[in-house]
Amino acid sequence: MSRRFWVYIEQEDGKVHPVAWELLGVARTLADQVGEDAVVEGILVGHNMDEAAQEALHYGAETVYVLDHPTFKNYLNKPYTSALRFLVQKHNPEVFLVGATTLGRDLAGAVATSLKTGLTADTTHLAMGTVKEDPRKLLLATRPAFGGNVIATIICRNHSPQMATVRPRVFNPAPRTEEAKGQIVHETMEITPDMINAEIVEFITNAAATVKLEYAEIIVSGGRGLGGPKGFELIKELADALGGVVGSSRACVDAGWIKYDHQVGQTGKTVRPKLYVAAGISGAIQHKVGMQESDFILAINRDPHAPIFDVATMGIVGDLYEVIPAMIKEIKARKEA
Amino acid sequence: MFHALVSIKQVPDTTNIRIDPETNNLIRQGVPTILNPYDAHAVAAAVEWKRKLGGKVTIITMGPPAATTSLRECIEMGADRAILISARQFAGADTLATSYVLAEVIKEIHAKDPIDLVFFGKQAIDGDTAQVGPGVAVRMDLPVVSYAIKIREVNLEQRYVIIERKTESRNEIIKTSLPAAMTCEKEIAEIPYASLPDLVYSLRYEPEVWTSESPIAFDVPQLGLKGSPTTVFKTGTPERHTAGEVFKVAEVGLDSAVKTAFDKILAVEGMAAMVGVKK
Repeated sequence: MSRRFWVYIEQEDGKVHPVAWELLGVARTLADQVGEDAVVEGILVGHNMDEAAQEALHYGAETVYVLDHPTFKNYLNKPYTSALRFLVQKHNPEVFLVGATTLGRDLAGAVATSLKTGLTADTTHLAMGTVKEDPRKLLLATRPAFGGNVIATIICRNHSPQMATVRPRVFNPAPRTEEAKGQIVHETMEITPDMINAEIVEFITNAAATVKLEYAEIIVSGGRGLGGPKGFELIKELADALGGVVGSSRACVDAGWIKYDHQVGQTGKTVRPKLYVAAGISGAIQHKVGMQESDFILAINRDPHAPIFDVATMGIVGDLYEVIPAMIKEIKARKEA
Repeated sequence: MFHALVSIKQVPDTTNIRIDPETNNLIRQGVPTILNPYDAHAVAAAVEWKRKLGGKVTIITMGPPAATTSLRECIEMGADRAILISARQFAGADTLATSYVLAEVIKEIHAKDPIDLVFFGKQAIDGDTAQVGPGVAVRMDLPVVSYAIKIREVNLEQRYVIIERKTESRNEIIKTSLPAAMTCEKEIAEIPYASLPDLVYSLRYEPEVWTSESPIAFDVPQLGLKGSPTTVFKTGTPERHTAGEVFKVAEVGLDSAVKTAFDKILAVEGMAAMVGVKK
């Protein structure tokens, strides 16, 4: 029997969350670490899922199992938990990866509990490896803990599947191929009334949720050094001039200066932009773990000893209220040149 | 009468944790422990609705005796009863073993004094897993609304609740039957100022202590480290990055620092085109 490496293909209204393609990429790496009988498979639950299923094949899923039913049109915890539990019990995957998104964390916690198996949350590094005398290769799931001060590698030895949620933007997406080689398998399960214990009455669009910080290529972030909520107007002005979006440290979110959707860090979003400007951010570990993989980090801080400079590609020691206006002026001049 | 139960955790204040640079160990000594911030807001919401509807708020926590201080903090905020679930056998529990204990405790309370709504913080700041709330709900077969930002309506006659929750792309208004469970964002309620009687009462309040044997005889193999499917294989400190060049405005001047920054930034492949600067 094949060793199955499963990826949950998260979607909303048929639109797949990009973390699913990142998971297909890392699942391929893991499968290759255990040998030829390992397969990478996608799991899709929803309604009218044909296009999404086809897309998953392009991103390297060898099989996509689809549970397509009007009940699954919108995500609700219990119907989706029941669906995944059904599929896992039928096919016995060895490893099951879910994006550590709002939806994924809600779902994975419930699925793992209903299967009485182990789940490692919010992982940032994954590998298959042996542990002590155990000859089998296990999933070594590594994650930050204690606000990013420690990284811990977690294993799940005697329970199956070995589950992990994986932070978006930590792994590169699988390459999309023109040809889709794999197969789509339509599954059916009985929908019982007890599976439905909640209903969505209404959707409200959330303007701040459109930030999409984790996939932005240019981010200008502000920290406590801004001194107050008004400082974000300046941050926004530089972000606009650069064609980027506004980020924030946790301190500013906790102080109520800006919405949580902008928060970068362990308890916010992990970002990997081409350019990350950190203005007035001291650089607590909890912030650094969320942005240190950015291609170019420019740190601006009055304190030459601020830990943010340890991860910065370049640092400017100075008053951000002088440096940022000068930057806005400079970039505008260069764009017009 | 409304009966709310809030499950809380006492956590180290992760913003104050440091690593010993020589041993790479976590320095726990002197790190203050606090009531998990999300849980504090969950307690505030439970108390707010108790005051609206009449009723009571019960707090539970699994942890060492020192967690009593966090329970007292909840009493100070207006909770009525607090239970400390504490025994050596519970130590080392992962989220599955934790949800087992909490679910059994909530079932026991519920059997004697029916609960309408079970509150959790969305996650604890030490583990950041966000798994325990949904896990307990699954074990009790309760509907669960996670990432809740507002309770719109609690209807005790018709036995439903309407809760607004936040997803990554939008907010959803969810209606579900009671009893139900929810995990709370900080927006769920403001932390109230303690009233003087509550403050005085909390100082002397002694929580009930439940052990692994009484009043519930737990299934020991499901407890603590033994009952945890996940184990920590190894720990380490995060990779250190190498620091780049630092320019001091006071030394090189503002103009030079900013120009150097953009020379370097725009030299990154693809950056100039992205920003809209002609090379």
